[in-house]
Amino acid sequence: MIAAIAFYVFAAILLLSAGMVVSARNPVHSVLFLILAFFNAAALFLLAGAEFLAMILVIVYVGAVAVLFLFVVMMLDINFAELRSRFQQFLPVGLAVGAVLLVELGFVLGGWKLAPDAMNMRFAPIPAGANNTAEIGKVIYTDYILLFQAAGLVLLVAMIGAIVLTLRENRGDSRRQSIARQVARTPGNTLEMVDVAIGAGVTLADIRRPLPDKTPELEHAGHGEHGHDDHEHDGGHGHGGGH
Amino acid sequence: MTMSTTGATAMAGGTEMLAVSLYHYLVVSALLLVMGIFGIFLNRKNVIVILMSIELILLAANLNLVAFSAVLGDLVGQIFVMFTLTVAAAEAAIGLAIVVIYFRNRGSIQVEDVNLMKG
Repeated sequence: MIAAIAFYVFAAILLLSAGMVVSARNPVHSVLFLILAFFNAAALFLLAGAEFLAMILVIVYVGAVAVLFLFVVMMLDINFAELRSRFQQFLPVGLAVGAVLLVELGFVLGGWKLAPDAMNMRFAPIPAGANNTAEIGKVIYTDYILLFQAAGLVLLVAMIGAIVLTLRENRGDSRRQSIARQVARTPGNTLEMVDVAIGAGVTLADIRRPLPDKTPELEHAGHGEHGHDDHEHDGGHGHGGGH
Repeated sequence: MTMSTTGATAMAGGTEMLAVSLYHYLVVSALLLVMGIFGIFLNRKNVIVILMSIELILLAANLNLVAFSAVLGDLVGQIFVMFTLTVAAAEAAIGLAIVVIYFRNRGSIQVEDVNLMKG
């Protein structure tokens, strides 16, 4: 009796919060109502004896997926009022489709009955007084081990996909320090002493550059008149821009 | 089959009985499914709410599976719910990642603009 009352309470809150999810004006409220719906669905699972799944629903869905939704809703700077501008226009279509679907489901439920030998076709009958979690473990790690591994692969692919999609590659406008290359530099391969005749200057061909990787061209300007100091400074600067 | 015979079948199998009949669970899950589909039509412009509606639909399917698992005393329904949850979590993660990169590109998440990205 108490269980029946609990069922009605949880089912009512579940359906009300589901209605609020789809009709709330603010998407943050939608996510919060989604969390409430998940909690009540977990309670319904508990009433049906699926304790492990109820806990999984609370931990995985409320703990991870719903928070992910909340994160995205709050992170993106979206004009939600604009998104709801044609709300009234979509309302009749949605109501019509929903009503048709509800009537169809009513027909299905009205004419449906359990197969007479359904109890004989069970694959993994629950033993009397069994521990739900232990029984799930016994079945999933033996008969369904392949599907279990495949589910893990699905999660792996989803993780890699989400990372690949959202990872911003380095656009080259940030200059990073390469400590290894800085340490590996010696004065011998960047510096050269040149005897400059008075009034003659040096030509660019005389300056040996052992690290020629993509030094910006504008730094070569004005080399002709300057001596070694400027050269060394130039080489050190070229490191940062190398990437 | 009426509600009482459904309960009798469950009892005859020596399994745990639902507090209410299977029909109660099926009606709740059907209403939840309709609510999710209604939400998809209602929020045609907002991808995030559409994703949440899909979560509601999957939740309705899970509720169905759990209810049948409890009535029949068959554990496979609950195992299947675990796999459904896995796929739903993966779908939510990928969908939200797509929403994020779409927002980065266009500065909005209007579904109707998506076909501008083709080519």
